[in-house]
Amino acid sequence: MTTIAELPPGFADKVLSAQSTFRSVMDAMARPGSVQRIVPMADAPETMMRGTAAIALTLFDHDTPLWLDARMSESSDMVKWLKFHTGAPIVRDSSVASFALISDGALLPALERFALGTSEYPDRSTTVIVQVESLDTGHSFELRGPGIDGVATLQAAIKPADLFERLRVNEALFPRGIDVVLVADDAVVAIPRTTRVVNKGSK
Amino acid sequence: MNAPAYNFAYLDEQTKRMIRRAILKAIAIPGYQVPFASREMPMPYGWGTGGVQVTAAILGPQDVLKVIDQGSDDTTNAISIRKFFAKTAGVATTTATDEATVIQTRHRIPETALHENQVLVYQVPIPEPLRFLEPRETETRRMHALAEYGLMHVKLYEDIARFGHIATAYAYPVKVNARYVMDPSPTPKFDNPKMDNCPALQLFGAGREKRIYAIPPYTQVVSLDFEDHPFEPYRFNAPCALCGAENSYLDEIVTDDKGGRMFVCSDTDYCEGRQAAGHHGSLSAAPYKERAQGGSHG
Repeated sequence: MTTIAELPPGFADKVLSAQSTFRSVMDAMARPGSVQRIVPMADAPETMMRGTAAIALTLFDHDTPLWLDARMSESSDMVKWLKFHTGAPIVRDSSVASFALISDGALLPALERFALGTSEYPDRSTTVIVQVESLDTGHSFELRGPGIDGVATLQAAIKPADLFERLRVNEALFPRGIDVVLVADDAVVAIPRTTRVVNKGSK
Repeated sequence: MNAPAYNFAYLDEQTKRMIRRAILKAIAIPGYQVPFASREMPMPYGWGTGGVQVTAAILGPQDVLKVIDQGSDDTTNAISIRKFFAKTAGVATTTATDEATVIQTRHRIPETALHENQVLVYQVPIPEPLRFLEPRETETRRMHALAEYGLMHVKLYEDIARFGHIATAYAYPVKVNARYVMDPSPTPKFDNPKMDNCPALQLFGAGREKRIYAIPPYTQVVSLDFEDHPFEPYRFNAPCALCGAENSYLDEIVTDDKGGRMFVCSDTDYCEGRQAAGHHGSLSAAPYKERAQGGSHG
């Protein structure tokens, strides 16, 4: 059993590292499909990528109920690390979560099980952070929507393979919906609910 | 007094996290007002507490900050906010629109076109465009939920019925991404077209009213109008008296008590840039003469 002292540390400089990480995530959200890099690194327990760890340290706290996929919630080191560094309450009910961490796309539940917000408060929705294999090689996708000058293209190897098809629910739900942040090591791509993605096949 | 007594950029980290989460949701839902737990700032409401909190949450040591108030870099509000962040965050500041990465603004959008690596932060007094038509928050919230904006069109129509044209000259309502009607803050409607398809990210902070909203880059922003009364930007029909610009937004300055007046660019950086590039207006000699005589102060 790991004690607190043996947990991987958080940011070396939590103020400036959080700022830099946030700007990468903000730029990713403002320009869907663009690949942003997260520079400051924190050591993370297994099953968590460096980028995911930095985002967790930047955005999670006691105000953000957090839902973990089965693989993450089974790792006691992971749960301890998150609780110690962020204080975020870990919840079993995904429909009340501010954030969801998906270490393995195969474990992504139906998107309707997350908080979708209400028509009056569409911001009260879950931001789903999905760890993926690659954000520079793989299938080719075309993205359109606010934040994109015409069309953006994204090369990515993503599980579940039908993630973007599933995200089409956002079209009918808007302004309610699910915002997704994809992480591959230190690379981040955001797919807010306004983005429409078309699969252009493998390259 | 030394800055190290404060956290970087004044706000504590928990507050920044809360504001940052609100900013991300605001970007994801263009034009929707995200409630946030606005803090008391060391300046009164109405002096840009919302904009200051947004700026504090995004600002980093590499940023170059520009602050304008009604287009001007050298009014009290602009100078004090610029100094506030120079002191608490140690960031570089500038008055040049081109060089800035973060621009906090009260009531203007710079004349110089913005680019992709910039964030424009607006100070907003009343974020709810429907507030003067419907005082109840529960009702305006439902109207936004249902995209029920007939009341706003009635208001604009009443303008036409009474004045013959849409008389709203500032805080002119816009529709963002064909969904939410949004208050662009009290910018002159002259600036509305600059919000449409803008390469820079636009963030809006209302401190007293506790709302943050956003327009992502390259997003459609349409000023509300009617087919037979299309939206028209307004400016005084005169060139700038200092730089001769024919296409900038002008301030009217009363120069005596006999009806004398001059029109000058409200964007001081744009006007100074044009003067430095050799453009002149009808009165452009005056400020230089004054500066030469003024000597020590200035």
